[in-house]
Amino acid sequence: MIRTATTTSSGSHRPTRLVLWYGQLTTRRKLLRRGWSLVGVPAAWVVLFLLIPCILLVALAFCRRADTRGEIVWTFTLENFHRLLGYTSDGWSGDYLRIIVRSIWIALVTTVISVLLAYPLAFFIASRKDRARYMLLGLVMVPFCTNLVIRLSAWTILFSSQFYLARFAVWVGLIGEDMPLYPSSFAVYVGMVSSFLPFAVLPIYTNVERMDWTIVEAANDLYAGRWRTFMHAVLPQTIPGLMAAIILTFIPAMGTFIVSNILGGSKYMLVGNLIEHEFLGVGDLPFGAAISFVLIVLTIASVFLLRRHEKAVETA
Amino acid sequence: MGNAEDGAPGAAKLVGANGREARAAELEVKGICKSFDAVQVLREVSFTVRHGEFITLLGPSGCGKTTLLRILAGLEQADSGDVELLGKRILSLPANKRPVNTVFQSYALFPHLNVFENVAFGLRARSFANAEVNRRVDGALDMLQLEEYPKRYPHQLSGGQKQRVALARALVNEPELLLLDEPMSALDAKLRAEVQLDLRRLQRRLGKTFILVTHDQDEAMTVSDRILVMNQGTIEQAGVPTEVYEHPVNRFVAQFLGAANLISGERVRTGVKTALGTLRVRHAPAWERGTLAIRPERVRVAKGNPENNGIYAEVRELIFRGDHFEVFVEPGPLRLKVPPGVQLKVGQKVWLELPLEHLEVLAD
Repeated sequence: MIRTATTTSSGSHRPTRLVLWYGQLTTRRKLLRRGWSLVGVPAAWVVLFLLIPCILLVALAFCRRADTRGEIVWTFTLENFHRLLGYTSDGWSGDYLRIIVRSIWIALVTTVISVLLAYPLAFFIASRKDRARYMLLGLVMVPFCTNLVIRLSAWTILFSSQFYLARFAVWVGLIGEDMPLYPSSFAVYVGMVSSFLPFAVLPIYTNVERMDWTIVEAANDLYAGRWRTFMHAVLPQTIPGLMAAIILTFIPAMGTFIVSNILGGSKYMLVGNLIEHEFLGVGDLPFGAAISFVLIVLTIASVFLLRRHEKAVETA
Repeated sequence: MGNAEDGAPGAAKLVGANGREARAAELEVKGICKSFDAVQVLREVSFTVRHGEFITLLGPSGCGKTTLLRILAGLEQADSGDVELLGKRILSLPANKRPVNTVFQSYALFPHLNVFENVAFGLRARSFANAEVNRRVDGALDMLQLEEYPKRYPHQLSGGQKQRVALARALVNEPELLLLDEPMSALDAKLRAEVQLDLRRLQRRLGKTFILVTHDQDEAMTVSDRILVMNQGTIEQAGVPTEVYEHPVNRFVAQFLGAANLISGERVRTGVKTALGTLRVRHAPAWERGTLAIRPERVRVAKGNPENNGIYAEVRELIFRGDHFEVFVEPGPLRLKVPPGVQLKVGQKVWLELPLEHLEVLAD
């Protein structure tokens, strides 16, 4: 509660506005100073390490690479985007576009699998008693305590030709004798889902925990069977959690390069790998920036589309 | 209070519910027990309900009334006991197979469906033809004055409108039995009084069997044909409102329904010996030491020393309540309600009479 009062401070004829702020008598200026001291450091941090790099990245995307390695020519050109669309001096090639489409596809499949696994898991955890619930939530989050590279390397051991998984695959006839299960698309999917599953579980879980179960009871009371109860009483209530889960899984899945790098082999290219390759391998910063820019635009666009769809679902 | 039938002698004849012939028992509840962990919520609850009766389960929170209702709806499993509806045992049926519908305390409307679809939900679940759904839903919306809002969503409705949608959503299915779980607790006092009368009229018109759960004794007396007063998982007393109010069987019922003067005493040859003197009672109590009860409005201010149960008392406090004065007198403290016409002053000494026909001997 802020109340203002005007008073004349001693020695001066100019009135000072006094402000009553949470039972404390102070001036507007003091309050502002306090506010800035709270906000200032994080604001500076965000500007310095997020906003400026983003602006630089966008600017860089419209520049040209000099002939010498790493040098940048600061002009305005759409060359990088032309190249991404596949126009080269030797004619048209769909390689880059194919990588982008494949990245979107893999991110989508990863998201769908993660959400399908996370949804029942979230209900299972939420239905446990207090202690079991915290234990299970802890287990879901344990992988976060380990570095991603180490976790993925662990998968390479599990997928190696000597381990039971590969032997089983051989026995079933999926792969040939003495073959490991990686590098392969399968290994990439396993790595992706295992890395991003917690991002899907947590938002759905918080949603399920707050669910109004009397609506489920009402559906049951009104002759609805399992399917109808789920469609009308459970699903609509979990839409916000589902949307958060989809966004939180899809975005990192779109940008990842470690998973495909370790489990997909050297020929397995996703947008993330491409960006990494341009920045760290070839040193073509403007082209890397252009791909990053496209990735950001695509991601924001898909989140936007999803949001629009969510609104449509809510009012349908 | 607010109920014209309260004191009317002969109101007990309402049992048959306004002239309708009482048929065989519609609902029979036998020895229902229920525990949550170690807490026993219902202890062998039994009662029967006739067709077209409006029954109220009245009791304080935690008395088990809502649990009992949920068992009838199929939302909770009874530990033991049996329930027969129209001669069929229903406890083994899941909630969605019972010819019973519920109006929930929070209404539990489907937030993503509009009023029409909310009301149509039960019919669609049972695959009624579209034309039939439209006809029935329109009828239900008409009946509850909702015909103007079929396209509105629950969040666009007021509390009273939501409550009517919940009622329409249940009644459109023409259930054998309608269960109402404190449906008026979220409404403000004025609206609640209105809705109570509407609900009572609606039930009379439809001739359906209603069971209402409430902790509000006014509401119970306003709407019901019969009240079952519950406490600690048992039914303390069952009867028409006038009977339960005028002849409470024990201290709990006497105090829970309205105000009562409780007078503890000891049985003697001529009646009951109390702090107010020895009082005559209608029948000899079964106990040695126990309680008598009399409603404040039944204590009479007498002209002189009355023949029976006269008390010479001094007025200690006078509180104006609009339509009556509330008076506290010594010895006692005895509370009485007197009409504004009776002139009393603080400090005045008066003769009071505790009429024999209104002095109740309680069981405890």
